[in-house]
This record gives sequence, C-alpha cells and structure tokens, in this order.
Amino acid sequence: MTTTTEAAGTGRAEVGKARLRKEDNHLITGRSRFTDNMVLPGMLHLALVRSPYAHARITAIDVSEALASPGVITVLTGADVAGEQGSLPNAWPITPDQKAPAHPAIAVDEVAFAGEVVACIVGRTAAAARDAVELVDVSYDELPVVLDLEEAATDAVLAHTSLESNRSATWVFDSGEAGTGKPIADALAGAEVLIERTFHQQRLIPAFMEPRSTVVDPTGEQIIMWSATQVPHILRLMLALTLGIPESKVRVIAPDVGGGFGGKLQVTPEEIITVLAARHTGKPCKYTETRSESLQAAHHGRAQVQRLRLSATREGIVTGLDVNLLADMGAYLGLVTSGVPILGAFMFNSIYKFPAYRFECTNVFTNKAWTDAYRGAGRPEATFAIERLMDELAVELGMDPLELREKNWIKHEEFPFTTVCGLEYDSGNYEAATAKALELFDYDGLRAEQAQRRAANDPVQLGIGISTFTEMCGLAPSRVLGALSYGAGGWEHAQVRVLPTGNIEVVTGSSAHGQGHETAWSQLVADKLGVPFENVEVLHGDTQISQRGLDTYGSRSLVVGGMAVLAAADKVIDKAKVVAAHLMEASEDDIEFSAGAFTVKGTDRSTSLGEIALATFAAHNLPDGFEPNLDSDATFDPVSFSFPHGTHLAAMEVDTETGAVHIRKYVCVDDIGVVVNPLIVEGQVHGGLAQGIAQALYEEAVYDDAGTLVTGSFVDYLVPSAPDLPHYITGRTETPSTTNQLGAKGVGEAGTIASTPAIVNGVLDAVRHLGVKDILMPCSPSRVWRALEEAKTAGTNTTGGVQ
Amino acid sequence: MASSISITVDVDGVSYTDDVEPRLLLVQYLRERLGKTGTLIGCDTTNCGACTVHLDGVSVKSCTMFAVQADGHTVTTIEGMAQNGKLSPLQEAFHQCHALQCGFCTPGMIMQSASLLAENPHPTEDEIRDGLEGNLCRCTGYQNIVAAVKSVADGVEYGDSGVSATIEDTRTGALS
Ligand code: FES
Ligand code: FES
Repeated sequence: MTTTTEAAGTGRAEVGKARLRKEDNHLITGRSRFTDNMVLPGMLHLALVRSPYAHARITAIDVSEALASPGVITVLTGADVAGEQGSLPNAWPITPDQKAPAHPAIAVDEVAFAGEVVACIVGRTAAAARDAVELVDVSYDELPVVLDLEEAATDAVLAHTSLESNRSATWVFDSGEAGTGKPIADALAGAEVLIERTFHQQRLIPAFMEPRSTVVDPTGEQIIMWSATQVPHILRLMLALTLGIPESKVRVIAPDVGGGFGGKLQVTPEEIITVLAARHTGKPCKYTETRSESLQAAHHGRAQVQRLRLSATREGIVTGLDVNLLADMGAYLGLVTSGVPILGAFMFNSIYKFPAYRFECTNVFTNKAWTDAYRGAGRPEATFAIERLMDELAVELGMDPLELREKNWIKHEEFPFTTVCGLEYDSGNYEAATAKALELFDYDGLRAEQAQRRAANDPVQLGIGISTFTEMCGLAPSRVLGALSYGAGGWEHAQVRVLPTGNIEVVTGSSAHGQGHETAWSQLVADKLGVPFENVEVLHGDTQISQRGLDTYGSRSLVVGGMAVLAAADKVIDKAKVVAAHLMEASEDDIEFSAGAFTVKGTDRSTSLGEIALATFAAHNLPDGFEPNLDSDATFDPVSFSFPHGTHLAAMEVDTETGAVHIRKYVCVDDIGVVVNPLIVEGQVHGGLAQGIAQALYEEAVYDDAGTLVTGSFVDYLVPSAPDLPHYITGRTETPSTTNQLGAKGVGEAGTIASTPAIVNGVLDAVRHLGVKDILMPCSPSRVWRALEEAKTAGTNTTGGVQ
Repeated sequence: MASSISITVDVDGVSYTDDVEPRLLLVQYLRERLGKTGTLIGCDTTNCGACTVHLDGVSVKSCTMFAVQADGHTVTTIEGMAQNGKLSPLQEAFHQCHALQCGFCTPGMIMQSASLLAENPHPTEDEIRDGLEGNLCRCTGYQNIVAAVKSVADGVEYGDSGVSATIEDTRTGALS
C-alpha cells in the first residue's frame, strides 16, 4: 500500500498505517456507555413541557394536576427557577453592539419558538414524568410570528417583544478597507461580465443518531454531569458561569457520544434544567430527549439567504466578489450561533485569486429553533455559493467549468499565498488533486456520453458537477479568534504520562465522538516514543481526567489536539535525555534518541524509555534537582489554520419525465496533508459526503405558517439511508501543511463542504440545455420536475406560443 | 394504569420471567428491566433501526413491539451475538472494514445485517443497501457498512494483524 511505503521511507512506522480502531470492541458487542445507559441509585427522570406555539406570552401555568399525578416528585416552571437559571451563553458576540434576547433555560414569560421549554416534570420513572406532561395547564396569549428570513429583516413583525429589531448584528469585511485587496466598487463598475445570483441555504438538522441525554448527580461534593456533548470542557465552564457554581464543583463527563456534527457543540437548556432539577431534589436526575424533541429543539444549521455579485473579464478572470448575506439565527443565540457566518466570510474566495472582495452579513432573529454550528459551519455555505457562481460564469462565457476554475486558482508554485481575506494559505496543489480526480472519473468519456444523450433527446439526461474547495481547519490560532471577538482561545492541551512499566497514558483535551482519537493518538505516540501501539492508552472526555481542553469541532482534533500530544511527547523525550545522560554517565549533548532507545553517540551504550521510566519512578538515582517521573504537559496553539483542499466530481442522471435524480458516479480527491490513519480518514470522507449530498438532495427543516416544524420526525426529515447514497470513489493527494510538525490538515468537514455544490452543479448541468437556470435545495424530484415544467412554459412564452 | 402481565422471554440464551405493564415497549424491557443496554433507541417513529433485535431469528425493531408480544419467544440482542468470547463474523467484519464511527447505529446495523444474510446469503451491493434501508447511520455514509456485510457474504476470513486489509479496495471503488 502506497501510504505504508511512504511512511516507511520517512521512518514512520505507525503514521500512515490503516490501523483498526481501538474504540470498536465495546461498540460492536453492545457494551457501550452512552449517557442514556446510565443508571444511578435513586435516579429521577425528567420530562419537559414544550410550547406548541412559535411565539406567545405565557399568562399562567397550573401545575397542580401534574403534581398530583402518581410518581411525580416535583414540577419546575420558569418562575420557580427564575433567580437561578441564568441566561444561556453566547460566546461569540461578533460586534460590540450585537443584540440578543435573554435566553432562560425554562421560559419565564415569553416563548419564541415551538418546542421551547415551559416546565419540567420530575418523576420517579420516565413514564410517570411523561404521563404528567399533558397535565400541566399553560395559558398562552398568541403573538404574531415571523418565520421568513427576508421578512424578518424588515422588522414588520418582531420575533421577540423585548427587542426593537430582529437584526442582531451586521458584520462587514471589505478588502479595500482592510488593505488586503482592491475596492469592490471598482471591480463591479469595471466588470466586463457580471453574474448576480441569490442562493438559499435551507435549514438543516444535524440529526446525530444518539438523542441528547444528560444525567446529573448532585449527591457528592461535586455536581457530576454525564452528557452527550462534543464539548465537556466548555460545558463545565459555561455551567459554572451560567449557574454561579465554582468550576471546581462541576465535573463533566462525555462518555460514548453518538455523533455530533456540531449539533452537540452547545450548552443546552436541557442540560441546565437537569442540573436545576438535581439541585432542587437532591437526587440524580436524567433527561433523554425523544427524536421529535431533538428535531424540534436541538439547534439547526445553515439557513442563509446569499445575494452575490461576481465580476469578471471576458477571458474568465474574476475581478471581484460581493457577498451579501442574511443569516437566520432562529429565536436565540446559542454558543457560537452568531459566529457561524463569519467563519464562512473567509472562504467565499475559496481557492481563487480574487483581487477584490466584500462580505456583509446581517444576523436576523425568527421564531424558529435557533441555529448554530453544523458540519463545516459557514464554510459549506460559502463554498456552495462560489462553486455555483463559477459554474454560472462558465455558462455565461461558454467555457468549460474546469478550465474557468484553473484560470483563477492559486498555482502550486504560488504558495504560500495570502488571500484577499488576508489569510495565508501555507500549501496546496489544486492541479494534482484535479488531475487525479479527472483520471478516476473519466471526465472526457462522461462528457461524450452527455453530448450523446442530449443529441438523442434521451429522457434521462446526464450532467457533470464540479466543485473544487479549500477550507479552514484547525480552529484555531487564539489571537485570530480574539480578533474575531470569539470568547475563548483555540489552543489544545495534552499530557503524556510514562508509567513505571513503560506503558504510556495520553490525556487529550479533544473529546471524541466517533473520530477515532484513541487509535490515531496511539499511532502518533507510538512513532514518537518508539513504543508499541498497543502500549498506549488514550484518555479523554472527562474534565476530572483531562483537566484542560477546548474539545472537538471544526476539524481541530488532529491539527491542534494531536500537535499538543506530540509536543508533550517531545518534552518527555527531553526529560528522559537528562536522566539517560546521568545514568550512562555521559554528557546530555551526546545522547541520541531513536525508536524508544537513548544511546550515547558513537558507542553501544544504550537505555530504553521503559528503563528510564522505572528509574524516574523509583527516583533512587536521579540528577540533582530532577523531579521524579517523566510526565509532561503541553498546550499547543497553532500559528495558523490549515487548509485542506480537493476536487469533487459528480455524474448526475436526471429523469426529465419524473424529476428523479440519481448519482451515477461520485469521485473525490482530497488533499489533507499527511494522513495518520487512512482508514479513519476514509470513513470521515464517506460520512461527510453523505451529509453534503443530503443537503443537495434530501434534507430540509420545514415549518408551517404557524411556525410548527413539519419535518418533526424521521418520517419527514429525510436523513438518507443506504439505498439513497452511491458508492463513492475516493482518492488522495498529499501536500503537507507547513504550519505543523506533522504536516496534517484535517478532514472532518471536507466531504460535506465539497459535495453539495458538486451535486447541484451536476443536476443543473443535466437540464440547463432545457432552460433550467436554478433549482432550490434539496433538489427533490418534485422540485426538479417543476423547474423543468416552468422552463418549458417559459420557453413556449418566448417563442410566442401559449400565453 | 393497567395491571401488570407476566411474561417469559428467552433473551440471549437466558429465560426471564417478569411482570410488565402492557404498554412497556420491548426495547424498554430489554434496556431498563434486563439491563441490556446494547440495544439503543434513536427515534420514536420506527425509522432509525437503532433498536433492531432478533425475534425467533428474524429482525424486528424492538421499539415497535410491546414486551408482552415477546412472551414465549426468543430474543437475541447484540449482546448475544458474540459466542464464547468470539465475535460473530459480522461483528468482526464491522471492525475490520471500519463500518462504524460513533457506534450508535452499530448494534442495530449488525442485527439487521445478520437477518439480511440469513435470508439472502449472497446479496449484491444493491441488495445489501436495500436490506439496510430501515437503519439510519449518520457517520459512515454506509459504504463501509455495505463492504462489511459483503465481506461476510463472500466468506472473507480476517486475520488479526490489527491493520485493515480492505482500505485499498474501498478507495478504488472495487467491492469484490
Ligand atoms: S428506536 Fe426503534 S427504530 Fe428508532
Ligand atoms: S456510526 Fe454513528 S450513526 Fe452509524
């Protein structure tokens, strides 16, 4: 296998190897530790009463009947906990004047979306609590609702009576003003070709498979919370800040977590309520949501209206891009809600050398579930827009879409390259990835078939969709986050402990939920310290064990968390060298470390890491002043982001009679720098593709006019199943990142970011000659069919036929 | 509340007799009464398949049945799949093919796949995909799950090198 050979050539035994996962055994045998599996003695169960209205004033709540229901211990309303529940945190105020309504975990006097919690029943059993939900009598005065994003921006109807406007904040980047590029006005005014389009990013639901669940034990000196969360460390801090508990009195454990995709990057009302209930009763409490509650009230993603103008020369050189966004916050600001579009701001120029760029985004409240991070967070939205625009420009100029991209992208020899946003891309080779993708795809063959089908007027037309992309991984350099007003840094922490037996314990602040940290980190450390893969144990996801961390999101685990592990291991080696020199009576400068052995240069005197570990543990004979044990900590803060890239190609068949869309072939070549475990990388790509394809073809959170979620179950919210998805053909090129020791770039979001535009470009390419100019996502059969019918009608109109 | 009913069910080779409420779902009985938490709950609409178990050898969604309906029947859960400390071929194949990430859908997927192979020992890739239609996975994009099931159907024997032999196959697109 190529990767293994390369790895061997560079002296790496483990990095690059398709190691089977250490994490699998308990998951395939049913010995999982998901939060809902947890049972504690005397544990009580919660059920939540949720508002059926999207916007209403609560005038009275009568809980007497619920309280009298068998098995009910207590009922908490917003009024009962008003003094102690705080307001849920927004850690990313993007502007100093950002507006936001208070967000209590249990609504006190106004609800702003259907599904907002209005009361909490605490019962002896889950069934008893659930039975009493219907018995809580809430009186509401309905208020006008605003659901449409563009309508909300007009402020005709307010989503919150406490706010004077639905506009939360406006954030602007202008390359002319920032000095990173030319003024956009000049580019637009001088445009030989101007493409103007509006795209809609539909609302999506992360739909992790494990519903959110939280167990809180208040019976000890500390409050211990188990939760299905991506962010145990952030959650602990936020619980402390929100509820006024000293951090040291809160311990958060993320046991097995059944997927996140950004959806579990949150401090949820449900978690706060479980703490409140546990404090009020003095007993362990558990809350597990139903799927319907999850779809209705866990945060959603995307939800933007994108207005874009792209200026170019007749030769196809882009001269400027102007982006105007409305971003739907939903009813409240979650942890990073307001920052999601800002992450996208830096990616609209993607892999291209645009000389002028302006981005303006207004964050708007509506009476829907709040939005926040969803796989890719901001970057899929940006990539979709630019890749759709590049296709539109190609059509306008009658140019092959790949040729157009090539004309504008940063050439391999031009790296490092500072973009119009001021980001420095360290490395990239778009030529290599594209060439490999074309080869795997049979581009010319499929183009020929497309021409044939068109000529033959085949009812099933073929389209080829292209998307090239880059993304910003490894959130992030703390000072950059600071410059963007994010409330925390982006560093990661790790500890490497060498046990007296020579076995290694690695503690990481990055908290896994399916990404395979235990395996990948073991590979890193095995290579670094020259110990067997099996002798490394990786610990994570418990704030008591992993004392510092900033958790898992934005493909930061390996490029930030993994680097912290390597840095800690480096310190272990440095310490061990001192002891090795002492034990072998040599000078420190003469000690060499390789493959787990410390050798005195030019001699055969040697000692192993294990022997040194035992010596430092026994501490009988150490250099003066040397602290026993070899444990080391490191905190890593990268100098820059990393920028994986790739080329995705989709062959789409569209049945022009039914509107049915079929993915005939999907090829992607991703360049994520150096790969630690190709097996894990492959899995991440597959899963990402599934989610990006789902946005293009299947998924959308739909509300009715009253603000009730119509797609409130898996019957209506179409998470694709196995027959809905193709067999992906994947390839890789490897252009190492130059900003981290390993050369890795991050992979978790790549598939999602690139696949949505590839699929939609392909669908359009199949039917564009029939007059179809755009199709809203998801491109369902009915939408495609309607677009074809409308194009037919429009076509007849222009020829003067049917009026 | 309706009074309890006594049921006797054989679960993973052990016979259990319990008084249960008529409304208790089979999945709740397995998880809450028997402590068999390997079977998971992902939805409340019989759509996700996380709760799939075998009833007399045939896959059923245990959130769709009442515990009383299992009276007198034999139930196998994911916890009964490994025998004498040895993983079943499907469990081994899921591991070898990296057919799981977070692992939440995995017990249901394995149970459904076993049932699928019992019915059709030599399915095509399309038949495998169709057979798994009722089981949702949000992490894997299904490709490696399909590969795992196919490898069992093809009688692939895995060694214990700890390194996947299948990675090259999945990358080039060949499933053979
Ligand atoms: S929990 Fe049974 S199908 Fe989802
Ligand atoms: S592995 Fe996570 S849902 Fe399938």
